[in-house]
Amino acid sequence: MINKIVQSMADAMAGIKDGSTVLLAGFGSVGQPNQLIEGLIEQGAKDLTVAANNAGSGHVGLARLMELGRVRKIICSFPRSSDPVVFETLYRAGKIELEIVPQGTIAERMRAAGAGIPQFFTATGVGTKMAVGKEHREIDGRTYILENALKGDVGLVEAWEADRWGNLTYKLAGRNFNPVVAMASDLSIVQTQHIRELGDIDPDHIHTPGIFVDRVLHVPYGDPGSF
Amino acid sequence: MSEAATTFKAYSRPQMAKIAADDIPEGWFVNLGIGIPTMIADHVPLDREVIFHSENGILGMGPAPEKDKVEPWLINAGKQYITLRAGGSICHHADSFSMIRGGHLDLCVLGAFQVADNGDIANWATSENDTAPAVGGAMDLAAGAKRLWVIMDHTTKDGSPKLVTKCTYPLTAQSCVKRVYTNLAVIDVADIGFVVRQMAPGLSFEDLQARTEAKLHMAS
Repeated sequence: MINKIVQSMADAMAGIKDGSTVLLAGFGSVGQPNQLIEGLIEQGAKDLTVAANNAGSGHVGLARLMELGRVRKIICSFPRSSDPVVFETLYRAGKIELEIVPQGTIAERMRAAGAGIPQFFTATGVGTKMAVGKEHREIDGRTYILENALKGDVGLVEAWEADRWGNLTYKLAGRNFNPVVAMASDLSIVQTQHIRELGDIDPDHIHTPGIFVDRVLHVPYGDPGSF
Repeated sequence: MSEAATTFKAYSRPQMAKIAADDIPEGWFVNLGIGIPTMIADHVPLDREVIFHSENGILGMGPAPEKDKVEPWLINAGKQYITLRAGGSICHHADSFSMIRGGHLDLCVLGAFQVADNGDIANWATSENDTAPAVGGAMDLAAGAKRLWVIMDHTTKDGSPKLVTKCTYPLTAQSCVKRVYTNLAVIDVADIGFVVRQMAPGLSFEDLQARTEAKLHMAS
């Protein structure tokens, strides 16, 4: 019997290695797997590269992981979210590497990784500092730059519902990066608000099929708080 | 300005938003940037069906909710609570940016630091050595939407022109701005450069040119 549901945070985080690339879903605090980040803090992996839309706020979650010196590099589109005090301090001190990437390019780099596409051309960033050092190509009269897929060793995902095969649904704006993080990561770890019996999620309503998911942890924390 | 300068009344921000909103026809898919652009939605009547997109996977965004009817799982790109109109839909980030990058949006309206008369836009960083550059979806929107309009003050707080011959701040995208709505004028970006369509009441063309670095042309 396939059962991707794990019973503890330690089981969910088992085997994450130092030096891993971690893809982190979430936009604002909606659809962001905060408890899994706490689990990663507890688990202890270091020298991490983290890809996320934002660079954490306050002193909790991703910001706490960075504050503990566990993140070598962050790949994100918008490090200036609300109260990015930890990131700003580390960045100014030269203690964290930043790769700034347009938001759509991050999402597409993850999608491409999940779809087996190693590189792709995009018009986003042409003529800007994002294009420096990248291959340019003119296709049908328009200039594009070459971007690399962004694969995760680990992906952290927040779902609304999950079953033991790892089929997932998301709630409203909580979907955001979650489906592409799940498909782009070798080890996709999911926290879910609700566990459903196999067959109880309408197949037409499954957003992420279980093939993209490795572990599921039940974390029924309720609605997201302020952000 | 010299004593000869005429007296004029600059457009307020709600007036700027209303002028831009009146130019958006029914049926367009529109993404509004954070700040003044967001105000445009308040001036599009609900019976003129314009479908607003938010880059975090929202299509068919409605007005802000009443305080006691907030849905905590529904936010926009500015991380404010929103509502979804009947017919609204949710997608994931890569699909949402496919709408943008695939040229499916009819219009994007952004704020900007500078716009050049060849349509270049600079709106994401104010210096080459910005301590924490943050681009978000601006480059995707500027390069990907079918048309890009900018809504912004005509000059900086200290009076420096923002409509320039060449952007001095880091570019967001090249040659993509089609129209600029400022507190002083509505200006198209055409092959010949900036073409003035409308000016604030009492403002002369010479006054407007004096506040603009790039050469202005009068619409014929």
